[in-house]
Amino acid sequence: MSSVEILRFAVRALLANRLRSLLTMLGIIIGIAAVIILTALGNGASAFITNQITGLGANSITVAPRAASGTAGASAGASSRPLSPADATALSDPQGAPDIAYVAPVVQTSATIAAGANSETDPVIGSTPDYFPGSNTTVASGRAYDLADVDGNRPVVTLGSTVATDLFGSGNAVGRTVLLNGSPFQVIGVLQSKGQGGGFSNADSNVLAPLSTVQSALTGFGNLSQIVVGARSTAVQNAAESEIYSILDRRHGITDPNDRDYQLISSAQIAQVLNSTLSTLSLLLAGIAGISLLVGGIGITNIMLVSVTERTREIGIRKALGAPPSAILAQFLVESVILSALAGLIGVGIGIGLTFIPLPGGFRAIVVPTAVVIAVVVSVGIGVFFGGYPARRASRLRPIEALRRE
Amino acid sequence: MGPEAVRVEAPGDEARRTMTSAPGKGSEAPVLDVRRLSKVYGEGDTAVHALRDVDLVVERGEFVAVVGQSGSGKSTLLNILGCLDAPTSGRYLLDGLDVADLDERQQSVLRNRQIGFIFQSFNLIPRTTAFANVELPMVYAGVSRRHRRERTEAALDLVGLADRADHRPNELSGGQQQRVAVARALVTRPALLLADEPTGNLDSASTRDVLELFDGLHATGRTIVLITHEEAVAARADRTVVVTDGRLGEQKVVPR
Repeated sequence: MSSVEILRFAVRALLANRLRSLLTMLGIIIGIAAVIILTALGNGASAFITNQITGLGANSITVAPRAASGTAGASAGASSRPLSPADATALSDPQGAPDIAYVAPVVQTSATIAAGANSETDPVIGSTPDYFPGSNTTVASGRAYDLADVDGNRPVVTLGSTVATDLFGSGNAVGRTVLLNGSPFQVIGVLQSKGQGGGFSNADSNVLAPLSTVQSALTGFGNLSQIVVGARSTAVQNAAESEIYSILDRRHGITDPNDRDYQLISSAQIAQVLNSTLSTLSLLLAGIAGISLLVGGIGITNIMLVSVTERTREIGIRKALGAPPSAILAQFLVESVILSALAGLIGVGIGIGLTFIPLPGGFRAIVVPTAVVIAVVVSVGIGVFFGGYPARRASRLRPIEALRRE
Repeated sequence: MGPEAVRVEAPGDEARRTMTSAPGKGSEAPVLDVRRLSKVYGEGDTAVHALRDVDLVVERGEFVAVVGQSGSGKSTLLNILGCLDAPTSGRYLLDGLDVADLDERQQSVLRNRQIGFIFQSFNLIPRTTAFANVELPMVYAGVSRRHRRERTEAALDLVGLADRADHRPNELSGGQQQRVAVARALVTRPALLLADEPTGNLDSASTRDVLELFDGLHATGRTIVLITHEEAVAARADRTVVVTDGRLGEQKVVPR
């Protein structure tokens, strides 16, 4: 008996019970579609977050002060030292820190910024030109401040896109003058908008100016708010981090790594934490989808058992006409595999189709190709596994007993 | 459809050996050779002896009617002759081949090639056309599609239903369904036709049609074993065998 004939019998039997076949398939269709959609959502969310975080600046590590942990008495002690310009200088040492490309000391404050009748209070960040790559900031119009501006202590600023719009409307801000806490500054550039970073402060409302200018006009020449450090490449990011630790631990007299008075924040680190959370979540969702597949599979077993019972007499007739056990087994097995494989394909189609629905928040579901392959393989597997028992039962029926059944 | 040599293929080496070692027989072996066949259902005190030490030989081309009251064991006998059921003891040679030596797969091949069944309740496969029903045994025999078509058409033509090939069983009368079943039983050119009360569910006109079909088949040299409780049906056979309480009684030869 050829495989074409087996296929013909199976298709004929399935078509004879169209509604039942369809309802049986529904369980698998929903399960497979759920697997595809949920993995695609997880994948899309992961890509979205990674994209947002690399917006912080690739290969850059931010050093920020941290209140030393431990008891209140200990943290109140003089052992806690803020970041100083000397710390930044020490990190720039190519001997002690060969994997560090640049060091940008940062002072941050907030100030009233005014132009004409408009005024608002915004964060003001003073740093060196390396801050721009370090924070993944680019200039939309005009120019960024350069080393000559920093060295010359020039009163120049670049405005975040929101600040520029607030102060000057849709007009050109470059070349205009703003007052920072009353001191006049010339606007030399407007920054490219970064959009609302996923839960982080809005970089578009920042005002960027040369370190020396901000220090002399606003903060004074004291401690640093942050030090932004750039690793030479992503590959040496970890090496750069340990160099920072060893230099700053020595300078700050830290012996216990758990008791540091500063911390390192890198985009890679954040991305890693978020992604691991996300992949746990994805796994959970895939697990739920997997349960629905299991339920669908049991549905197939149930229907195939009903089908075998209902067609016991037919099986008896076929056996009387000379159908070998293998032909009966193959017929029922192929029926369940067709059911589940077809349902799997429909499920994949629906799942992929649904990922094209636009989602709020600007992120979109991205189909995971391996999930599609696994879904199809699993659905065929479900047919074999869950259809196998009823099929074997059918093939083992004694012809005379099968024929006696009404 | 003339009487041609029946192809015996797959029933395995062991089976073939049994066949060739049957002493001095070959193609002249009786189609059926049953010796001291017994069938017991259940065990101990509740055991029911459906058949007790039955001996029966049916030669090639014979038309034998098995009669008896219901519960006499005649259906059990037919089921065993058709390899649908296994005897408790005794020997059964089909075309010189000991059926007990065959495994389940070989028995299915034997049923397919050597035996054509006709049941009282027709037993056509529901929701399946007359053509597909007749074609079915040849599908299991591995006959090519083209040959299947030819032989199915010839068989349906023989029973006078060539124009009903596309009808499903529920679109056919009882007599027509039984004629489809006869076509299906014939189409593999089996050595033996087994009919279990083939006219039991038919009206008199259909009964006549089907019985004429049997007469025609008998005339072309088919071997037929038929169960019935109707005298008129049994009268058409060469020989009548009476089964009473599981024992084979008188065997009367009907003079022709």
